[in-house]
Amino acid sequence: MLSVRNLHIRFRTGDGMVHAVNDVSFDVGASQHIALVGESGSGKSQIALSIMGLLAKNAEVDGQILWNGQDLLATSQREMNRIRAQEIGIIFQDPMSSLNPYMTIERQLTEIVEHHEGMSRRDARARALEVMDAVRIPDAKARLRAYPHEFSGGMRQRIVIAMALMCQPKLILADEPTTALDVTVQAQIMQLLADIRQDFGTSVVLITHDLGVVAGFCEDVVVLYGGRIMEEAQTTALFEQPGHPYTRGLLRAVPNIEDPSDALTAIPGSPPSQHRFPQACPFAPRCVDAVDTCRDTLPMLHKGRACVRPVEELT
Amino acid sequence: MLSVENAHVTFQVAQTKKWPWSKPGIVHAVNGISFQLEAGKTLGIVGESGCGKSTLIRSVAGLTPLQAGTVQLDGETVDYRNRASMQRLRATMQMIFQDPIASLNPRMTIREIVVEPLAFFKPDMGAEERNTAALAMLERVGIPPAQANRFPHEFSGGQCQRIGIARALVAGPKVLLCDEPVSALDVSIQAQVVNLLKELQREMGLAIVFVAHDLGVVRHISDDVLVMYVGAPMEQAPASALVAHPQHPYTQALLSAVPVPDPRVRIAPQMLEGDLPSPLNLPPGCLFESRCPKAMPKCGSARPPMVTSGQHRAACVLLEDMSEKEAALTH
Repeated sequence: MLSVRNLHIRFRTGDGMVHAVNDVSFDVGASQHIALVGESGSGKSQIALSIMGLLAKNAEVDGQILWNGQDLLATSQREMNRIRAQEIGIIFQDPMSSLNPYMTIERQLTEIVEHHEGMSRRDARARALEVMDAVRIPDAKARLRAYPHEFSGGMRQRIVIAMALMCQPKLILADEPTTALDVTVQAQIMQLLADIRQDFGTSVVLITHDLGVVAGFCEDVVVLYGGRIMEEAQTTALFEQPGHPYTRGLLRAVPNIEDPSDALTAIPGSPPSQHRFPQACPFAPRCVDAVDTCRDTLPMLHKGRACVRPVEELT
Repeated sequence: MLSVENAHVTFQVAQTKKWPWSKPGIVHAVNGISFQLEAGKTLGIVGESGCGKSTLIRSVAGLTPLQAGTVQLDGETVDYRNRASMQRLRATMQMIFQDPIASLNPRMTIREIVVEPLAFFKPDMGAEERNTAALAMLERVGIPPAQANRFPHEFSGGQCQRIGIARALVAGPKVLLCDEPVSALDVSIQAQVVNLLKELQREMGLAIVFVAHDLGVVRHISDDVLVMYVGAPMEQAPASALVAHPQHPYTQALLSAVPVPDPRVRIAPQMLEGDLPSPLNLPPGCLFESRCPKAMPKCGSARPPMVTSGQHRAACVLLEDMSEKEAALTH
């Protein structure tokens, strides 16, 4: 359905080029849940923005983003508006800043269908009520008149999801949808996204740094570091036998509530500078398994992992 | 080392839909929190956003006025209105903040940032001596002294948090208050900072209060954990006991929602229905009653006190009943 091919994203900035995304390819099938996992600066959000055609003006993009065979990077603004409204939805991290504080919830929900599907005010309102029920907002009829500030963070995120669902999209890009929320609310929102797949067959690209959330939600995972894919695998396989030193480090660094061991295993060093196009493995300076080859050749993705060392030799 | 007894914090707010001269509303942010902390130990404070955990430690540090309650530091009761007492408090107790970059002055070099507390707390130290001590502290937290003349914006978030830790610890305090110190950091960096805090605690015998919403991190660093809800204590227990056998229904719900990084484990989060009570107008009974899956009619009548049950202390009528039964059995 969605196929990202050799995507490169660079930004022209005051201190030179920043290579945010380098040669990333992945596919999303119908009603598939896939996760893009990475830390800040790994390029995961920029990938989502490039799919929606929402990159900043100073961005340069190469490669292809195929949506049912159509290259979104070569699509007209007008056609993109239609796709954004009716086929691909996006949910951002901070629900408050993705809602207009001056508009009622009703207006924000109905605007999309009235504009794009030419629906009447009354039909749009009926659809809005349906969708609010689908995202389990209690007392939907009365709350349609409310403004965003009258809702709690979890409720606001439900409204943003409702907005994305208004046109029944086939794919939802969820960019850190629960990072700003408490664990109890996070569990509810993730449950909601899982239910939406059951009810509507929507595919989801979940963008997150939290491996805990990934484990319960996605079948496939793409691990990003320094704008490159480090590893891609099925979730169960990735957690059972992570094949890349970065994935291994990340899994060890997550404090597991059920594991009472004393020290956390941190990954030494800090994230890479992205001012140069990587000539070597971007993770090599922080990697415990790095050898000389890692520092002067760029490993290609082979059998789901971009690492020159064989899996058996990793610590 | 640090003892907080029945702390209350309130804020006045203008009520909406009333006249400007109407009586202001009172937000009850912290409602009767008590805890003791010994040297070398860590108390974790967890709860959902808005539960008053940050307000609590800010008021202990004297950054927000305490409405009622007493704070004892090293056996001495702190008088927040007395200059000399506050001076002693600041020398003994320091704080690190959530946003590592915003908590450093952008116009000072990191050398100046770390020297400043020494100039304030150790006035008899010579300039050269202060400089050496500051550089040693920076090196200890993992910032090369060669970078000491740089400004905060030249460092990453994780490094800025290290500088914040160096500034807090350079004058040798005994208590460190941490307000969500790692929640703005990436997982791999978060682990570095947590490990650094643990090492420094061992070296300096620090007592740490660690406020966070991430139960995994709190479980890792804390000896004891205090669970707060709408400003009130729900449960306090040793970290391992709290995770293994949560006693309070709120703790149980909170723990059930923590995602486990293992696809074979299916978590079954308890969905909390109902609304939080308004901190402007607290109900007379248990604050968790409106969302509690085990609520009974008597929960609404009076606020349950903290009762001891084994290693746990929890504020729930279910535990009161249990401890009464235990008492009846032993008699």
